[in-house]
Amino acid sequence: MSQSTLDRRKSKPTSPWKPAKKLNNPNAVPSLNGRWGYLFTAPFFIMFVIFGLLPIVFSVVLAFFEPDVLAGTYTPVGLANFTELFADDRFWNALVNTIDIWLLSTIPMLILSIGLAAILHSPYLRGSTFWRTILLVPNITSVLAIAIVFGQLFGRDFGMVNMVIGALGFEHVDFVQGTTSSHIAIASMIVWRWTGYNALIFLAAMLAVPNELYESASLDGAGKWKQFIYVTLPSLRNTITFVLIVGTIGGLQVFAEPLILGGSYNGGDSGQFSTLTLFLFEQAFVAYRWGYAAAIGISITLIVMIVSAINFFITRRISGDK
Amino acid sequence: MATTILANPNKKPKWQKVSIFGYTALGLTTFLSIFPFYWMFIVASNGNEEISKIPPTLVPGPRFFTVVDHVYEALPQFNQALLNSFYVGVIIALAQVFFSAFAGFAFAKLNFRGQRYMVLFVVFTMMLPSQLGIIALFQQMSWLNLIDTLGALIVPALVTAFGVFWMRQVIDAQVPNELLEAASIDGAGVFRVYWSLVLPIIAQSAFVLGLFSFLASWNDFLWPLLVLNTPENFTAQVAVNQLKSSYAIDYALNMGGAFLSSLPLLILFVFVGRRLVRGVMDGAVKG
Repeated sequence: MSQSTLDRRKSKPTSPWKPAKKLNNPNAVPSLNGRWGYLFTAPFFIMFVIFGLLPIVFSVVLAFFEPDVLAGTYTPVGLANFTELFADDRFWNALVNTIDIWLLSTIPMLILSIGLAAILHSPYLRGSTFWRTILLVPNITSVLAIAIVFGQLFGRDFGMVNMVIGALGFEHVDFVQGTTSSHIAIASMIVWRWTGYNALIFLAAMLAVPNELYESASLDGAGKWKQFIYVTLPSLRNTITFVLIVGTIGGLQVFAEPLILGGSYNGGDSGQFSTLTLFLFEQAFVAYRWGYAAAIGISITLIVMIVSAINFFITRRISGDK
Repeated sequence: MATTILANPNKKPKWQKVSIFGYTALGLTTFLSIFPFYWMFIVASNGNEEISKIPPTLVPGPRFFTVVDHVYEALPQFNQALLNSFYVGVIIALAQVFFSAFAGFAFAKLNFRGQRYMVLFVVFTMMLPSQLGIIALFQQMSWLNLIDTLGALIVPALVTAFGVFWMRQVIDAQVPNELLEAASIDGAGVFRVYWSLVLPIIAQSAFVLGLFSFLASWNDFLWPLLVLNTPENFTAQVAVNQLKSSYAIDYALNMGGAFLSSLPLLILFVFVGRRLVRGVMDGAVKG
């Protein structure tokens, strides 16, 4: 009896309840009537198409028009929005800022979260549930509340960061006015929010590595550090790629932190921390240039996809396929 | 393998020990994670003058309730805003769990034509930046006469591609096919299998998805700011932002508002934090 169940499980396509034919879903339960699938997915698809997909399609179309918001007219302009965008200094400035903030936040976040995960990985750690729970606290809080706090901490005259800088004998830094300094302030908010969350992701991946790998490495005489380099890191390859891609999609859309830090959509007095998404919102909801904003949106999407692809290939190469 | 473990049961492997450095790093992380909330309270309870001193005050002061009064003076609808956030968050959480589990079940366990392409489609749309559709979504909401209502927050958030994908992964990983197969051979229909077998198994994960949806909705900031105009309809985030713009830089007032809007989440987190951690880590292995 148990033998036959086992066989059935191993060879799903030849299950006695379903003739062997090409399956749309090889993991499906064969005895359940698959046609119900349409009913089960219909509510999701109907709403997703109306409120998720339709706006995106319509926005893409908008990029080829010059809508007059007040008159309600749409003038087709072909690729004019795109040619204007590629000649627009504000766009390139926003792009450079976005990439700078993304690099300043992603690299420290990656290192810190892998480090924290390595510490939490030990089965001999005391209070591990407590530490894990604390790590998630920054992630559940609102960007607005945190940006208000960080804005004050990075304040020019009375911010705590500058008090420390002053106490060390240096000149106060006007974080909001400077380009790199404002990027650092924004990146620090992102690092604060995502390090703990990603540490938990890395921890989960580390816990999935079989102990035997460490034991045999240890027998071969590998120390703590060598085990980390040769056992832990290679097994994190997929997770690093995953975290990088999710981080890229989020990082290239950053807007809440700079919006609150500057208090307006222009991203600082000289646009020193204007980002792509902030630029999109400024064009859409301050300048009311919806077609132009839609063109920015399409550009962001393309950039996200290109950078994700580059991420994917670089992390594969660096971590090496043996 | 067991022999290697039993060989020296008292000797801990070197790589597993946590040094003093490890605990220091964790302690520092804890401090940095908590400090912004503590600082909100310090600034709100001390007032602007105290925090401008060198060195700044680091202990709570007596003025907290004065600042709370100021928040309610500046925006009498602050309680209403907290209620609105709660109401919107709960509806979105329930809807997302309901629709995502429904569709996720079909994607994980049912065999129907086009299933594979539908899943690919869902995964692909997860990669699209949400900002791409925001202009047209705004127009759509104004056609539906939902601008300046809570409906404009709820309707677009009822379903997400992420929720469906997540539930699909969860059901795939947690619900054994043999169980469903046995039940359906005994004559249970698809609905009965879903209701009596699948739902109880995935209840924990569904709860976690609901929590994350609630948190995302509570913390959402730009979209509510764009579609809500009258103070009665504000969410907590919009209300806090209102405090920011209606005064010069009154840090005590701002941080008082930020603290009041964060407090419900911190209290919630005390009860559900461990479950959220498990949810993040469970999702990670599959991702």
